[in-house]
Amino acid sequence: MTDRELEIKAIGLRKRLLGVIVGAGAGHTGGGLSCLDILNVLYNRVLKVSPETFTDLHRDRYVQSKGHCVEALYTVLSDRGFFPPSDLETVCHYQSHYVGHPTRHIPGIEMNTGALGHGLPICIGMALAGKMDRAPYRVFTLLGDGELAEGSNWEAALAGAHYQLDNLVAILDHNRLQITGPTKEVMSTAPLAEKWQAFGWDVREVDGHDYTELTEALTNAPAAGKPLVVIANTVKGKGVSFMENVPKWHHGVPSSEEYEQALAELNQLEGAA
Amino acid sequence: MSAPAPTMFTPEAKALMESLGLTQGRPNLEVFSETLLELAQDDPNVVVVTSDSRGSGKLVPFGNALPQQIVEVGIAEQNLVGITAGLAACGKKAFGVSPGCFLTARSLEQIKNDVCYSDVPATLIGISSGVSYGALGSTHHSLHDLAVLRALNNITIIVPADNTETREAIRVASTAPSPMFVRFGKAAMVDLPREKSFELGKASVIREGTDVAFLATGETVIHALLAAAQLEGEGIFSRVLSMHTIKPLDAEAILRAARDCRAIVTVEEHLVHGGLGEACASVLMHAGMAKPFRIVGIADEETVTGAQADIFRHYGISMEGLTETARALLVQA
Repeated sequence: MTDRELEIKAIGLRKRLLGVIVGAGAGHTGGGLSCLDILNVLYNRVLKVSPETFTDLHRDRYVQSKGHCVEALYTVLSDRGFFPPSDLETVCHYQSHYVGHPTRHIPGIEMNTGALGHGLPICIGMALAGKMDRAPYRVFTLLGDGELAEGSNWEAALAGAHYQLDNLVAILDHNRLQITGPTKEVMSTAPLAEKWQAFGWDVREVDGHDYTELTEALTNAPAAGKPLVVIANTVKGKGVSFMENVPKWHHGVPSSEEYEQALAELNQLEGAA
Repeated sequence: MSAPAPTMFTPEAKALMESLGLTQGRPNLEVFSETLLELAQDDPNVVVVTSDSRGSGKLVPFGNALPQQIVEVGIAEQNLVGITAGLAACGKKAFGVSPGCFLTARSLEQIKNDVCYSDVPATLIGISSGVSYGALGSTHHSLHDLAVLRALNNITIIVPADNTETREAIRVASTAPSPMFVRFGKAAMVDLPREKSFELGKASVIREGTDVAFLATGETVIHALLAAAQLEGEGIFSRVLSMHTIKPLDAEAILRAARDCRAIVTVEEHLVHGGLGEACASVLMHAGMAKPFRIVGIADEETVTGAQADIFRHYGISMEGLTETARALLVQA
């Protein structure tokens, strides 16, 4: 698929994502919209995994550390055929397997996440297993920027460099907002690139909504002997004008009016594409 | 003048041990690491993860023999559990080894989510647990671990009472499809007599009797056995069970003990809350079995300073203490 085709697909995915959140009556709208393009690129261009190969030992692994944005992951996995789109209607419903954070009950999901600061240590273990087995797979995780205040990330950052895990990629959904407000006011992570460099990681910084930049950063060969962090600069609420960069949409659920308005905006974009 | 080294057993207890023909074994941790090395030599997927704990975990020989199968994470217990889970999720039979006090407190969330909830075949080994670290104090004691792990779904909890139970527990763990926690202390263990071989989830019968039942676990079982032997001299016949599997608990053995015996004493190197004793009480109450009952463990207070032997004696985890508890309880029976 071309960049343009993926961008058009992303409009449809955003509409479905909002539908899932409205149907669930809960969800993480802003962060879902900020990481959706990253997931779109991962599952359509980068990850060597499909519904057919999900149990292969040599599949690429993806662990969503920012588990609260599971609705975006569900939307993309469903689009890739891991499960029927109709399943999305049950998200967060009584007795549904589709919980409000990732679980291994769902085809395509590797680990149960949701408590922050867990994905990177898990991925260190997965990448170490790959090295031990001389397996070709790569291991990817998606972190939030507010999540970086969890100290376990930095324990793992040390280990990633120590073990020279060049089969490991951490993607940072750097949308600069968390539930309380701007991350730089809650607990600053600056200077971000320098921090990861100081920890011994290869650092690539991209526009997290630019398909060419994301694709290059995630597919170009990693620096030998170094884990890679891709700092993806994103916009929380991306794609819906009244949600962009507004903290309340962290886990705001659109009213029917807001939903209609968001769909109208996205339909217009789709029509113009 | 230096203080005399505390001993775990009084001369009377030692004499009784000798008369019972009990033989001195080794610290369980040594047997753990030896067993793990044997398993790992046969299976390259057996890996061990340490947090600057290979020395205290007796894993130096393992590291020397199989450097590719040991992962050092430094002093970072949260990372230790996350990494162990990640290894286990990718086909490794991963053993995460760290002092019980840190492993089950600092990284409890990782145990809960990355191991139990994600249901990976990882085994966590709590070393130097209970009050093994003695006078180092409460930072280094794990008297909460059984309580917190019992409250997690999807983890088997084992506390071996001797070298045999240790060896068997580790063998079981190496092929277990789901999470396990195995708890070790530091002391050299006495080999316990048992009628049947180790079976996960089934209490080991160490001694038969129908007056008092001692339901004990880990390093306390020997004290229960000695108390039982001493009580026999007074015409009191005691049953001693090694409750090596704390979860799933052998409810059948507990209820059988309640049916057969006049009183029940539980013994554990753990706070009196949330551990073996309360687990047994719950089984009994649900079954409507009311018997004179005592939980012997560490009191809910700032633990007294001392070596493990001092602390055991202080809280009545000794032949003498348990004999006294049993006698007092039988008066009510």
